[in-house]
Amino acid sequence: MSDRLTARNVFVAALLALLVLLPAYTHATGNTFIMTLFTRIVILAIAAVSLNLIMGFGGMVSFGHAAYLGIGGYVVGILAKEGINAGLVQWPLALLLSGLFALGVGALSLRTRGVYFIMITLAFAQVVYYVANGLDRYGGDDGLTIQARSQFGGLIDLSNRTLFYYLCLALLLATVYLVWRMVNSRFGLVIQGARSNDRRMRAIGFPTFRYKLVCFVIAGVLCGLSGVLLANHTNFISPALMHWTRSGDLIVMAVLGGMGTVFGPVIGAIALLVLEETLPHLIGLGSYLVTGKEVAAAKEYWQLILGPMLLLVVLFARGGIDGILARLRRD
Amino acid sequence: MLYLIEQCLNGIQLGMLLFLLAAGLTLIFGIMDLVNLAHGSLYMLGAYFAATFVGLTDSFLAGIALGLVATLVAGMVMELIAIRPLYGRDHLDHVLGTFGLLIFFNELVRLVWGPAGLTISLPSEMLTAVQVLPGVYYPLYRLVIIMATLAVALLLYLLVMRTRIGMLIRAGASNREMVGALGVNIKLLYTLVFGLGAALAGFAGMMQAPLAFVQIGMGENILILAFVVIIIGGIGSIRGAFVAAVVVGLIDTMGRAFLPDLVRHFVSYSAGSSAGPALSSMLIYALMAAVLVFRPEGLFPATGK
Repeated sequence: MSDRLTARNVFVAALLALLVLLPAYTHATGNTFIMTLFTRIVILAIAAVSLNLIMGFGGMVSFGHAAYLGIGGYVVGILAKEGINAGLVQWPLALLLSGLFALGVGALSLRTRGVYFIMITLAFAQVVYYVANGLDRYGGDDGLTIQARSQFGGLIDLSNRTLFYYLCLALLLATVYLVWRMVNSRFGLVIQGARSNDRRMRAIGFPTFRYKLVCFVIAGVLCGLSGVLLANHTNFISPALMHWTRSGDLIVMAVLGGMGTVFGPVIGAIALLVLEETLPHLIGLGSYLVTGKEVAAAKEYWQLILGPMLLLVVLFARGGIDGILARLRRD
Repeated sequence: MLYLIEQCLNGIQLGMLLFLLAAGLTLIFGIMDLVNLAHGSLYMLGAYFAATFVGLTDSFLAGIALGLVATLVAGMVMELIAIRPLYGRDHLDHVLGTFGLLIFFNELVRLVWGPAGLTISLPSEMLTAVQVLPGVYYPLYRLVIIMATLAVALLLYLLVMRTRIGMLIRAGASNREMVGALGVNIKLLYTLVFGLGAALAGFAGMMQAPLAFVQIGMGENILILAFVVIIIGGIGSIRGAFVAAVVVGLIDTMGRAFLPDLVRHFVSYSAGSSAGPALSSMLIYALMAAVLVFRPEGLFPATGK
């Protein structure tokens, strides 16, 4: 048993405990900001985990993953605007459409590889982005405010912050569990085999195209779920939901946390979004230590630090945070 | 009819800008095998440099010339510091690393020039319209852009196909180890190519600047279009980039000009106005998807790879 107690496992367990106990802390202190932030983190972590399924395990670098966030969100928003608030209609329909879109995109783009794959997935996401921009009835590029969150007939009330947070967390854990079971199954091994040598996998009789397509669709559906939750969280949808830089953010989360490990993207999502919130303060603190007074202007330019940090992660920490943890040996 | 010709010229002018961006991108891509998302940042930097220098020198031409030199230097410095370690890594690393650079440059520009945008005013002699066909007037400056870009395209062609350095560039694209083994300083060559690509992107940015607004993030959407152009044209092929740039420029402009009217036949007036631009953008991506499905290597695949 003792070999289970690695730095990495302790860290993951601590992180999980933190996520589970967070509402208790916010209740005690009345700090709703942290609650809102972490709900967002947990939701985007689902998207990052789903992206990691195809990117980290399948080697399919999708640069258009935010499209599913948009599809999930817009299904909820459009149905809400048309007066259909039932979650049992909204959610399955959103997942279904995400899956169908992934099926179409995957069927076309999986014929290509490498940078062509990156660009064609980006292109399809841009198409959805422009469609959303053209939807005049649903706000066009201004976006659309959702009047009421999805209704589940009194079974579960999504407007209760704590309840909604735990629902998102439960869905995140379910997603992580699903992905973990999947990558360790025969299906997952075929996918990983196709990543390292597609031709060899085909030669020993696996129709890798079909396997990869199914994997691509599953990832799309999971990310669609994230979009559904995001729309319910912010009560607002706009094309910005699927701007291409958002797809970039999702890639950053997966790589920052540790690509190709099941829990890595969760760490990455927490790291990136917490960093976004705290970097301005850290810079403010740094300017205080250097100059003796807090330079307010310095706080604004936190992205000046974030950008080069990404580059450094790429250059020197390929395994991401998870990789660093895995290398720490317990003495 | 007049409107059609005018829109045609507008489309070609947009295509020329796209070509300037795409040529640098495809060179860098074909030769260094590098996906550079920060290429749009160089477009933006070029526009900011030109706006600054035009303001300082009070001369449009001097400002453009100084801006070009500044962008070239910025590109080479960027290559030396941040891009060089990325060669030979996989494409995901390129996407991520240069995405970081893009964030950095947006913020740097905000720090140096402030969040409000800049404008470049044209010299008064550029503000006239000339008669291109009997009865058809077209803004002189847009014609200047077309002509200048055609000249650049010609120079680029001569540089790559007819000079010694062009020969090295082509050789480096097909086999970098061999070129290195023959005693060519391949690192220096890469830096030069990157600088050239940067200058081309910067040139596009500063040519577009008087027609639009110099602002943060101005390079991002056009960068995506430039990527579409090099995918359609075939990665590494300058000729392909040229043809694809004109096609994409025409589709985009024509779609914006004529699709709204077409759509209005089927839906309400206002819905047509907003759906038109969206449709023309979609048309471009649909074209790219079609090219990738039927000719995965692009229309003019680069030979010798």
